[in-house]
Amino acid sequence: MTTVTADERIAGTGLARRLLIRPELGSVVGAVAVFAFFSAEAPVFRSADGVANWLDPASTLGIMAVAIALLMIGGEFDLSAGVLTGTTGLVLVTLATRYGWNVWAAMAAGLVLALAVGFANGVLVVRTRLPSFIVTLGAFLMLQGLNLGVTKALTGTVQVSGLRRAEGYEGARALLAGSVTVGGVDFRVAIFWWIGVTALATWILMRTRAGNWIFAVGGDERVARAVGVPAARTKIALFMGTAVAAWLVGSIMALRFTSVQASAGIGQEFVYIIAAVIGGCLLTGGYGSAIGASIGAMIFGMADKGIVFAGWDADWFTFFLGGMLLLATLTNRLVRRYAEEVRR
Amino acid sequence: MTAPPLLEVRDIGKTFGGVIALRGVSTLVRAGEVTCVLGDNGAGKSTLIKILAGVHQQDTGEYLVDGAPVRLTGPREALDRGIATVHQDLAMIPLMSVWRNFFLGSEPVKGPLRRLDVARAKRVAREELRAMGIDIRDVDQPVGTLSGGERQSVAIARAVHFGARVLILDEPTSALGVKQAGVVLRYIARARDRGLGVVFITHNPHHAHPVGDRFLVLNRGTSLGHYDRDAVTREKLTTLMAGGAELDDLARELDRPASPPGPGA
Repeated sequence: MTTVTADERIAGTGLARRLLIRPELGSVVGAVAVFAFFSAEAPVFRSADGVANWLDPASTLGIMAVAIALLMIGGEFDLSAGVLTGTTGLVLVTLATRYGWNVWAAMAAGLVLALAVGFANGVLVVRTRLPSFIVTLGAFLMLQGLNLGVTKALTGTVQVSGLRRAEGYEGARALLAGSVTVGGVDFRVAIFWWIGVTALATWILMRTRAGNWIFAVGGDERVARAVGVPAARTKIALFMGTAVAAWLVGSIMALRFTSVQASAGIGQEFVYIIAAVIGGCLLTGGYGSAIGASIGAMIFGMADKGIVFAGWDADWFTFFLGGMLLLATLTNRLVRRYAEEVRR
Repeated sequence: MTAPPLLEVRDIGKTFGGVIALRGVSTLVRAGEVTCVLGDNGAGKSTLIKILAGVHQQDTGEYLVDGAPVRLTGPREALDRGIATVHQDLAMIPLMSVWRNFFLGSEPVKGPLRRLDVARAKRVAREELRAMGIDIRDVDQPVGTLSGGERQSVAIARAVHFGARVLILDEPTSALGVKQAGVVLRYIARARDRGLGVVFITHNPHHAHPVGDRFLVLNRGTSLGHYDRDAVTREKLTTLMAGGAELDDLARELDRPASPPGPGA
């Protein structure tokens, strides 16, 4: 078999096949289908204003989905990521409104807290070797209780508000929660953060040693350790990266709405995972893409707003999502099987 | 032949608690030669290679690297001395591409941002594989899509690239079909021709005989014999392997009295 020429065997892997084996494929197909569907239902959906409208919910979700995708490629879950967006937002608004902190300083405090939570999650998972599903579920419940308990103790209500009056608010808002006008259409600045985060994550995954290590610890941690990959460090860094994303999203939300509910972010953790899975991430780790997760988030954004544009009851949203998730994972699996077969 | 052997063990022994795993075993590996270690399950093959690879330390006897006695502190030291072990599980990640696996843990970087030098990694991986006579269709393909023989070859090429002078191959052909095993034997010969010393562990004399320069046959922790290539036939190896007299007994025991052939015979 060594004597067979390379050309003869390479003939099967043309451009189409190369595209097919990309993990993003399922999500791209899904996104095109959803876009076409809602564009047909409601023409405003495909107008520039419409696009800016559905990119908005996609952006904050996308930032989280990308971070979660990296973590999932590294073979772990983080169920505390959703509630952590609420925690960081609550810290920001509470410190700025009740303790007179500058908004920037309050954001820095939120970042430190997020990093600490991410570090704790990571160290617990790496040291105890418990499933991250359990460790971060614990973190999720504890943060949920803290968010509610502390907020109630401080304000007597279940929300903190009044961020608008805090010092440094305008600058922070312009950076994280403002709008940018492109060609006469207002785009939320969070969309650009989302694109930036996706680009950074893709670069890390595909073009750095750390990226190679992320695929390796998710693919087979034992093997990764055997060849000298710092597996523990890689995983802890991934948990901290997810926490930083949660802080970014929490701050964006707090600055946009100037108030945060004590229950903010709860239930979102699964949405992040769903977006990452639609984007081609395997639940078992070692495979996936940041761009795919972003496209997964975009599908969410389109469905979220598209249902409204089409004049339907928004209650159908989750039904739609469940269907999308099943379809996308089935497509991903079929495509990967097909691609690996033709490569044999 | 004036140079000392790359590796040599003299009367080496190892006990685990009350169990004597290895006793009085001697062999050597020279550059450009293949030393085959043959033995049935439990013969002490694994203990011997674990000593050679630095996983265990010998209790008795001497271990010499380049003619100087050593006591390896671990696999890392063995690797630093150019002794690389390719285990049966190969230490490769199926979902990752050939080139990513090839450089895993030792990725080349460039520029101030220390980004991955993908072009170089792919080129080097392709060149190293080709130098071993391995014609991988595409270094971008996942290792999981390679055949068993190809995976072995990639693991061998990787060890060679990262400075191995001695390759210890732990049962590289045992899980393979006849054709695939032939492919791996060819790579072993190729590594030998490139001047490496190879320790080839196997329980199959038919795989060992064609490539071996020297044969160490182990049984129950002791050496049944140490032969140069021209001093032993394949048949002799097979008989030794199976424990000689034991096999004769077994043959007699299994020998059926003349009876009509069973169904399907």
